[in-house]
Amino acid sequence: MEEKIRFTLNGKKTEITTEPNQTLLWVLRNQLGLTGTKYGCGTGFCGACTVLINKEPSRSCTLPVSDVAGKDVVTIEGLARGGKLHPVQQAFVDHDALQCGYCTPGMILTAAGMLMKNPSPTRQQIIDGLEDNLCRCGAHTRIIDAVETAARQMKGGK
Amino acid sequence: MKKNDTTEKVNTGNESSSGMKRRNFVKLLGGGIFVFIHPWNFMDILAAAPPQQRTLPNDYNAFLQIAEDGTVKCFTGKIEMGQGPITSLPQMMADELNVPLEKIKIIMGDTDLCPWDAGTWGSQTTQTFGPAMRAAAAEARGVLTDLAAGVLKVPASQLEARNGFIEDTKNPKNRVSYGQLAKGKRIEKFLEAKPPVEDYTKFTYVGKSYKHSDATVKVTGQAKYAGDIRLPGMVFARILRPPSHGAKLSTVDLSVAEAVKGTQVVRDGDFIAVLNENRDRADEAVAKIKAEYTFNELKVNDSNLFDRMVGADSRMSVVRTNGDLEEGSKLSDKIFESEFHDPYVAHAPMETHTALARFEGDKLTVWAATQSPFGLQDGLVRQLGLPLEKVRVITPFVGGGFGGKSMYTQGIEAARIAKLAGKPVMLEWTREEEFFYDIFHPAGVIRIKSGIDKEGLIKLWDYSLYYGGTRGSDTIYDVPHARTVNYSQLKDSVAIHPFGTGAWRAPNNNSNTYARESQIDIMASEAGIDPLEFRLKNLKDEKMIACWKAVAEKAGYTAAKTPSGKGIGLACGTDAGTWVAMIVEVKVDKNTGKVKVERVVCAQDMGLCVNPQGALIQMEGCIQMGLGYTLSEEIQFEGGNIKNRNFDTYEIPRFSWTPKMDCVILDRKNMPPKGGGEPAIITVGAAVPNAIYDATGARLYRMPMTPARVLEAMKKA
Repeated sequence: MEEKIRFTLNGKKTEITTEPNQTLLWVLRNQLGLTGTKYGCGTGFCGACTVLINKEPSRSCTLPVSDVAGKDVVTIEGLARGGKLHPVQQAFVDHDALQCGYCTPGMILTAAGMLMKNPSPTRQQIIDGLEDNLCRCGAHTRIIDAVETAARQMKGGK
Repeated sequence: MKKNDTTEKVNTGNESSSGMKRRNFVKLLGGGIFVFIHPWNFMDILAAAPPQQRTLPNDYNAFLQIAEDGTVKCFTGKIEMGQGPITSLPQMMADELNVPLEKIKIIMGDTDLCPWDAGTWGSQTTQTFGPAMRAAAAEARGVLTDLAAGVLKVPASQLEARNGFIEDTKNPKNRVSYGQLAKGKRIEKFLEAKPPVEDYTKFTYVGKSYKHSDATVKVTGQAKYAGDIRLPGMVFARILRPPSHGAKLSTVDLSVAEAVKGTQVVRDGDFIAVLNENRDRADEAVAKIKAEYTFNELKVNDSNLFDRMVGADSRMSVVRTNGDLEEGSKLSDKIFESEFHDPYVAHAPMETHTALARFEGDKLTVWAATQSPFGLQDGLVRQLGLPLEKVRVITPFVGGGFGGKSMYTQGIEAARIAKLAGKPVMLEWTREEEFFYDIFHPAGVIRIKSGIDKEGLIKLWDYSLYYGGTRGSDTIYDVPHARTVNYSQLKDSVAIHPFGTGAWRAPNNNSNTYARESQIDIMASEAGIDPLEFRLKNLKDEKMIACWKAVAEKAGYTAAKTPSGKGIGLACGTDAGTWVAMIVEVKVDKNTGKVKVERVVCAQDMGLCVNPQGALIQMEGCIQMGLGYTLSEEIQFEGGNIKNRNFDTYEIPRFSWTPKMDCVILDRKNMPPKGGGEPAIITVGAAVPNAIYDATGARLYRMPMTPARVLEAMKKA
């Protein structure tokens, strides 16, 4: 049975009519046109599908869309504000912290979520926080550097 | 007819359908100056994988266009999968044409627009693109200078190309822009000759570091991959798959699947697919199909495989030979015999094989995640019986390839389904399909018999490969009596590999470098000579010696006999025309057998380095990815059944594995550019086991070096 599901998506109130057990990843990509959220493994192992739900990094490939009813969802398309890149996005550009770019949205949202909870992570905490996000090109060392830089900048440092 | 309207053409000899293609192409792109190349003047046909070797087209494909607004458009059949040509190729182009970098637009991997290309692999992009472009740019500069001579009323010899303008060298204010010269014209030039060698030292953009030009679209989610394209009326497809390779469909009941809301089922023999505009419902429908299979599988698994390879009736070929092995044995004071085992390894790019196929009348367009747009085009022609000019392949950004996306089955499947269904079809392989249908790095066995004299000089090198591949099997060291023999599949004999195999980043060089450099270390240790000293003693290759000096200096290497307990390991090799030397430092947990690579220092000679930043990133990527095949990656299988089909059972490198990396690129501005996407991966799987030996005295003869295998080897040590 289809039902109406309301939630906030990238700062905008959104209402969709869908079966509640539909996968959040496919709803975002196929019904709402937000293709920045990627399919990687379908089982929550790789993190390419990561979005923020109430600021918490979450794997959209294993979540029914009904889970986000009444919640605040941010995808990679909603992270930059007013045409200005989020500090984590900017740091990824500045550090060249990507190659093929396919894991990048999930990496950035995981990092952004981590910094909301812990604005001053140690390098080890950054590594631990990203451990379950997979990158096959091997951009790891630059991603760690980028998140360190973003953390510094978000606190107003240089 | 005014002089400036002149269209220059030469007789292409046989202007058939491909000539038509060029005319349509020029019409499509409007006016300007075009330089066409005949790809066969530049591309090495031997570099093409056999399925991609098509009949030579009698065609000139557009290569570069100077448009009326001064934009220089470059068309290449290469694709961008993270390795960076979208950034480095425009750098080369800008220098060759003396035009600002921002004026260059690159169009990649579209078979209707771009010149034919064998495929993006083998670290060939920079090597083959460079010469072709240099020639095209020289031709374009010639045309521009001739035109400018008329406009500026000075002899062509007095003119020079600078920053997008042709200038009078005696009066720089007397100048005209490329755009002005191209305006209202359609000039077509055709290249026949190979390009001259040029001085690389005078470049403005080449040799300087540029960040990925596609970074912003990738961090904002705007970058489009094949799965991100949306078409009206598009449906999502899932294909019924057998449980194992070699299984045959016996009975199938599609009724429950057909009952899933909005589902269409299409079938062509055993090829069965479900379609739904809702992806969840397509997943649900395919899971509901009731199918029975018959099995007739090889009795082979990941444990008995290696014995089977060595014992098989194989085709034997001598790859290279010098001297006399018997003489080598006589000269040797010590003889060493080793056997190394290497398993199947998956590519596992983060983006699975994906394609969108659409028929418009009899014209087929496929958007595909592929390293081989022209290979896919050929495949579609063959398998769907379509004329070449009716098939277009477009390659958006590719989410990682590593060789795996040189195989393009998903594009054929999407097109077959689209034809059966009569609507545009999106096919995104699941991660399970990606692991199941991957063309794995082939498993193999390498046997080495080698000998050294009392001085520690290698006198004998007898190298046998079973079912892997020969790339990187060169001896490298200066050995008077050596032979390399390859044992491969005998035609009409039972298949040794139970499923598809193919090129995996630096194909087979990883295995060969592992075996060779392990054997070198074994001999150095037995001879009681420091492993670097032993290598230098046996090397005459000056490039390799230079790489060793650079890497030893960077690492702060101090000589020691192994095993020293320090956990230092060395390895070197060549790949794609590039020389690599590596020193690693590991820590081995002696209770668990777990290996942590703490530091990797790598030096490479890749000739002229077009984009040092991009090359450095490729080296880092090679090192990180290399940790996977070294420490954890292995396909487990029983007959045709692949047991690890997702990232829970197939472990790829993670953040906690990341070592400290120091990469050095040797300054070789006077040498032609060589490959950079693969070389640094080959030495990881060799330096790490050598470091494990140095740390523990345990020698590992089997990839990958899992904690269990390290513990087992430590017991034997």
